Amino acid sequence: MPKDDLKIGVFVCECGTNIAGSVDVDSVVEEAKKIGGVVYSSKNRYMCSEPGQAEIKKAIAEEKLDRVIIAACSPRMHEPTFRECVASVGLNPYLVDMANIREQCSWVHMGNREAATTKAKDIMKAYIARARYLQPQEEREIPVEKATLVIGGGIAGMQSALDLADAGYQVYLVEKEPSLGGLMSKLAKTYPTMDCAI
Amino acid sequence: MMDVGRHPNIKLLTYSKVESIKGYVGNFDVKVLKKARYVDETQCTACGDCAKVCPVVVPDEYQQGLSSRKAIYIPFPQAVPSASLIDMNSCLGTNPIACGKCAEKCDKKCIDYDAKDETIEFRVGTVIVATGMDVFDPVILEEYGYTKYENVVTSMEFERLLSAGGPSDGHFIRPTDRKRPKTVGFVQCVGSRCERIGKPYCSNICCMNTIKDTLLLKDHYPDIQAKVFYIDIRAFGKGFEDLFARSKEAGVQYIRGIPGEIAEDPKSRNLKVLVEDTTSNKIEEHEFDMMVLSVGVTPRFDMPEVQQLLTLSKTPDGFFMEAHPKLKPVDAPSTGIYFAGCAEAPKDVKDSVTQASAAAARAETLLSAGKVKLEAITSTLNTDLCRYCATCSRVCPYGAFTVDPKKKTISYIEALCKGCGTCAAECRFGALTMKHFTDEQIITQIDAHLAKDPQEKVVVFACNWCSYAGADTCGGARLQYPPNQRLIRTMCSGRVDEKFVLHAFKKGAPMVVVSGCHYVDCHYIDANRWTQKRVEKLWDKLERWGIRPERLLLEWISAAEGQRFQKTMQDIEELRKKVTQEEIEHTIKVLTEEEEKTKAKAKQTGGKAQKKS
Repeated sequence: MPKDDLKIGVFVCECGTNIAGSVDVDSVVEEAKKIGGVVYSSKNRYMCSEPGQAEIKKAIAEEKLDRVIIAACSPRMHEPTFRECVASVGLNPYLVDMANIREQCSWVHMGNREAATTKAKDIMKAYIARARYLQPQEEREIPVEKATLVIGGGIAGMQSALDLADAGYQVYLVEKEPSLGGLMSKLAKTYPTMDCAI
Repeated sequence: MMDVGRHPNIKLLTYSKVESIKGYVGNFDVKVLKKARYVDETQCTACGDCAKVCPVVVPDEYQQGLSSRKAIYIPFPQAVPSASLIDMNSCLGTNPIACGKCAEKCDKKCIDYDAKDETIEFRVGTVIVATGMDVFDPVILEEYGYTKYENVVTSMEFERLLSAGGPSDGHFIRPTDRKRPKTVGFVQCVGSRCERIGKPYCSNICCMNTIKDTLLLKDHYPDIQAKVFYIDIRAFGKGFEDLFARSKEAGVQYIRGIPGEIAEDPKSRNLKVLVEDTTSNKIEEHEFDMMVLSVGVTPRFDMPEVQQLLTLSKTPDGFFMEAHPKLKPVDAPSTGIYFAGCAEAPKDVKDSVTQASAAAARAETLLSAGKVKLEAITSTLNTDLCRYCATCSRVCPYGAFTVDPKKKTISYIEALCKGCGTCAAECRFGALTMKHFTDEQIITQIDAHLAKDPQEKVVVFACNWCSYAGADTCGGARLQYPPNQRLIRTMCSGRVDEKFVLHAFKKGAPMVVVSGCHYVDCHYIDANRWTQKRVEKLWDKLERWGIRPERLLLEWISAAEGQRFQKTMQDIEELRKKVTQEEIEHTIKVLTEEEEKTKAKAKQTGGKAQKKS
């Protein structure tokens, strides 16, 4: 069920001129304020920077935000950053969402400020709507077997295997050919040192 | 190589192939097939007596076929493990009557013709893919006459001819008359920077390799005249420009222009080329005793096998795709898998070693922590709503569900769930909920996007790994497209429920796009197979209801295909413009009626069920 008594914070990133160059960031910030549940809305030059993150943390603490929307770059870029940021002040990391208004908006509609701004608002609004249904989630922690498989026994595979083996981990090095060496072993000499490859 | 061979922490499996890798980060179960060498590698002393008596002579792969080896052989003198093996395809036979000479000769009795392939199983936490590359085969470039003219060799063959351990024992000779050439010509970019043969990329190493070759030649034989034909000389690494300068100082001539053709003088077997020197704009003729084709690097022929083992993706040039070209250049998109060397892109020895150490360090980050956090995004099952139809067990790529429709039991192992959401899209009873991508969450996003001027919007569902990433790549390259599309992210296209698409149409969307990874690239093994089936069913349904199926598009766009994303968005905008307001209103009317019919039906059957009970 949707939650209606939420305190949503919206943080719009200018990303220098990357977003602000094509999107009217101020009007996006104002638009957010008109939406029910949004109790905090602001912009920052770089939301991912230390001051940007500090602002988010401060707002969460002071406004008691329970949902956070970052309108900025792709979640593929900075979702982990902002999840960590909100978690550090006690908000479940799955209660933050990123509205991608850079890769999928400001960067692809560069000559069309009005349309880019409308689209940025739409993207943000869709995430604010979604925020009502967000639930805290718990991440599972699983053990890691302390061994590595290296596929390929050329110069790269050998170097990786040696580094890990020297660090004390078990390494399984699988090579298709009957000997290690790969293509490099066929070279007479290698640059820039001009010495033997083997 | 020796260090690897004797390291107590390295289990070396040569002449072996990874057969399967199952599981996930932290816990990969690996099965390796170790092929029989027919020689006990722990006992063999590499004395080579066996090879001396072997009567079978075949081309030696290590020497690029420029000399021969026996059926029982040591790949090269410094091989690790230092042991012989029998090439069973050319061995005369295991029957001692046929031959059996090597077994007779071997004092240590290491040879066993009946040796069997072995399967080895183990568990690892991380995987490093260092599968390397292939060298471009210039046979298809007929203009260079490779294999037609014997004195045209590849740079790999040239390496062997120059090597002290090579087929000519380090004496530099040309193949036809075994005499030392006095003039050598090098042709750059053979199999690189060539759209015509589908190799548009720069192979990275060939310029420096040729510079090295010319320096070696000049060091050994100062009287040899060497000329290099090039497009650009890319000597961009540390100390590389110095080597280039040294090569020029040594008298090597660099000519900017690639010969159109190599011709042979049948008498002298010398090679002639016509070339336009683009610095002087003059056509020049050159004659050489020998020519070297500086061949590029290509993805390994057996890459698809490794790709399938680990569900990896490729970039358009055919090499493996990294998680991020700038910030995660060593990681594969799936956690716990890393790249080292040319599997990811062509690189030289130094860069391969650098990336290999980086990959080891990335792997070590997980290994030393000893634990890893998994995404919390998985499906949850509400057994009260389950009707044991077993659809979930049929569609789950990971076998997380076991359903017995007769006994009416279901078991679900959440740890196996990777979060594609296909089960939630397919379950007709609402028993499965995809966390963080619930029906309500997605439908509310559709509503928000279509709240105003829906007739101008295109709703695009995009999977996280490929299409959404492809949209990001498109943005990263600043490729512009019309601002009408509204994108909704799901982890996999398999999550896109039929009701999401119909809801978007009911809310007035003129066009809906479902997009995901290319068929073989699906990050959830084959979940996108169900996407396709579902969309095909939807097309039929739409047609039955008098809604043009062309308004629903299914597109496969990979993370690397920014241009394809742009083109798709441009094309869709053209299609959108053709959808009329009447058409949209008709769709809304039809879908509302259909929804009411379904509701009435549900009520009826619900009522019946109640009566029965």
